[in-house]
Amino acid sequence: MNGILSLRRLRAMLVKETIQMRRDRVTFAMMLGIPLILLVLFGFAINTDPKHLPAALVAPTQDRYTRAIVTALEMTGYYHFTKVGVSEAEAERLISDGTVSFVVTIPSDFGRRVARGDHPQILIEADATDPAVASGAVSTLGTVAAQALRREQGASAPADQPGALQVVVHKRYNPEGVTQYNIVPGLLGVILQMTMVMMTSMALTRETERGTMENLLAMPVTPLEIMLGKVLPFLMVGAVQMAVILFAAKILFHVPFVGAMWLLLLGVLLFVLALVLLGYTISTLSRNQMQAMQLAFFFFLPSILLSGFMFPFRGMPGWAQAVGEVLPLTHFLRLVRAVMLKGADLTTVQPQIGALTAFVVVFALLALSRFRRTLD
Amino acid sequence: MSAVPVPPPQGTAPAIDVRGLVKSYGGRRVVDDVTMQVARGEIAGFLGPNGSGKTTTIRVMCGLLTPDAGTGEVLGHDLRRDARRIRREVGYMTQRFSFYEDLSIAENLAFVAGLYGLTPVRKYVDETLADLGLTSRRDQLAGSLSGGWKQRLALAACIMHDPKLLLLDEPTAGVDPKARREFWDEIHRLAAGGMTVLVSTHYMDEAERCHRINYISYGRLVARGTVAEVVKGAGLTTFVVEGLDGAAMIDLDERLRGAPGVEQVAPFGSVLHVVGRDAGALKASVTRIAGGAGARVTPAETSLEDAFIHFMGGAKDNMA
Ligand SMILES: Nc1ncnc2c1ncn2[C@@H]1O[C@H](COP(=O)(O)OP(=O)(O)O)[C@@H](O)[C@H]1O
Ligand SMILES: [Mg+2]
Repeated sequence: MNGILSLRRLRAMLVKETIQMRRDRVTFAMMLGIPLILLVLFGFAINTDPKHLPAALVAPTQDRYTRAIVTALEMTGYYHFTKVGVSEAEAERLISDGTVSFVVTIPSDFGRRVARGDHPQILIEADATDPAVASGAVSTLGTVAAQALRREQGASAPADQPGALQVVVHKRYNPEGVTQYNIVPGLLGVILQMTMVMMTSMALTRETERGTMENLLAMPVTPLEIMLGKVLPFLMVGAVQMAVILFAAKILFHVPFVGAMWLLLLGVLLFVLALVLLGYTISTLSRNQMQAMQLAFFFFLPSILLSGFMFPFRGMPGWAQAVGEVLPLTHFLRLVRAVMLKGADLTTVQPQIGALTAFVVVFALLALSRFRRTLD
Repeated sequence: MSAVPVPPPQGTAPAIDVRGLVKSYGGRRVVDDVTMQVARGEIAGFLGPNGSGKTTTIRVMCGLLTPDAGTGEVLGHDLRRDARRIRREVGYMTQRFSFYEDLSIAENLAFVAGLYGLTPVRKYVDETLADLGLTSRRDQLAGSLSGGWKQRLALAACIMHDPKLLLLDEPTAGVDPKARREFWDEIHRLAAGGMTVLVSTHYMDEAERCHRINYISYGRLVARGTVAEVVKGAGLTTFVVEGLDGAAMIDLDERLRGAPGVEQVAPFGSVLHVVGRDAGALKASVTRIAGGAGARVTPAETSLEDAFIHFMGGAKDNMA
């Protein structure tokens, strides 16, 4: 009863915080509104499977095989050859300035090689800055081209000849090729990051601004009890948000879930704990809600930019990777992608679990050491 | 108000015993060398104008502010080392309502009961609600209560854990006279039950309802004792001047100000109170000016207010 943590006092804090959270419309709106808005925004981008993308054709010889492949590509609906018969240099310029999304190169010896049965190659360069654009077009490519070629060769060619056609795909500007499957799990992390930190960052400033802090500090409640009372109710909010996002991932975006649910839950739990403690630390540092918001946002921007959500982590310069490593979101994204998409087990994601646990401990200690027991 | 209450016997260790407290904000000594004792079971008044440092002193006493200098014990616990014990045994009612406006009355009380470890919580809440007469409004949000009810709720919440010392910071500010009287009756009931009460106020008439008063001005404690002692300690002589009509009285007021020995001239209705420390010089001036104008001059008892105004002038001199 006299220690630094009494269950009775903690319960009083939890009840009070939960009631206040329930009655605070702004918090409530943020809790459900932000995930929904972000899902709709990003979901729209994810859902578009763009067709009729401008393409350039580099084909020095216009033989029948070449024509067959070009026609087949156009039949898929993805490719629309706006520039035909351009030089390599010209094609390079077209894709770099964004005039075309693809450059299809059919080498001059293509027809001869097909005839010889000598592993003919075609090269497709895709502008993958926007991975959603490139992925659909690229994924249909191999089969379509091969079929077209076979049709053209007719019965003369042995049907089971393996590797008769080699399609070489170069994804330009985004070598990792982040696909839409990456985005929804990433969105889970981003939404949690945004809402959890923002809401908890006002935990103490709200008491200070309403003048209730003086009374709270005058009562026998310990800093640890105040901290736990203020952050634990948000685990529930995190759980609701996670349920909404995972449901959407499955139903709307058909993101596969191949890993273990309990491992994902453990990851989310640690991540949310780290976030609410980060938010609470911010609230011990700020004097008013405005400052708290700014600090929370200050943390949000690098999280979204340097965590591997926006840009592929391995494509970032060294200093950016270093910053990324000290952001909880980075580790959570690795964990959630590994578990959801690749079915990783505990041993595989141990480094991420360890990192998230470290964040929890560090933020908790930081918040407790920064907490002011007096009004000085 | 009612007759001066008799202070309880002294002798037991004081409930508040602080010495030389100093607290500065931005280089300004807002609490300046305050020494104060409050005996157990006593109702101590803490008087002073706005901004004189009452709230700051009280916050230091209950461990909410760390003093820059000074030591002391509250309920026998060291001010600096035992802040947690002090918190547990003291009830502090803040100047501004600082319970949760978005919680209902019952929820606020349950929260307080939970933090003080009072069990069963429900029993404490129900009894407090019944005492307040708020049982039927238990689910009303505290923010929707009127000022007087908020103040009663705050007091009830502060005494739920039966503190040994009650610190009340301007509890009656902005409350109507009837509610004020009821509030003071309640304070006397609590003191009769053995609670020590320190109550800050800037209403002079409330001083009369305290056993002892402490007067603070510009951060300095300038007077303490019973009302009679404080008035006597000021060493003032007062004359009442009356019997002239309005215009002549105003003229007299002007001429008396600045006359030798005259320190304060204050109109009360149709009479003037003329106050000064030097009884001889004061009497000579008043007799010469007021008597010469045909007014009636009679010696009178010095009021507490006259004494306080005198102290305020003195403290200002100290500041400079
Ligand atoms: N946190 C603070 N920062 C700066 N000045 C303060 C602070 N608290 C009080 N003061 C100043 O100290 C003086 C005394 O304030 P206070 O103790 O509230 O007086 P009282 O309660 O007697 O009205 C005032 O001039 C006030 O402006
Ligand atoms: Mg005050």
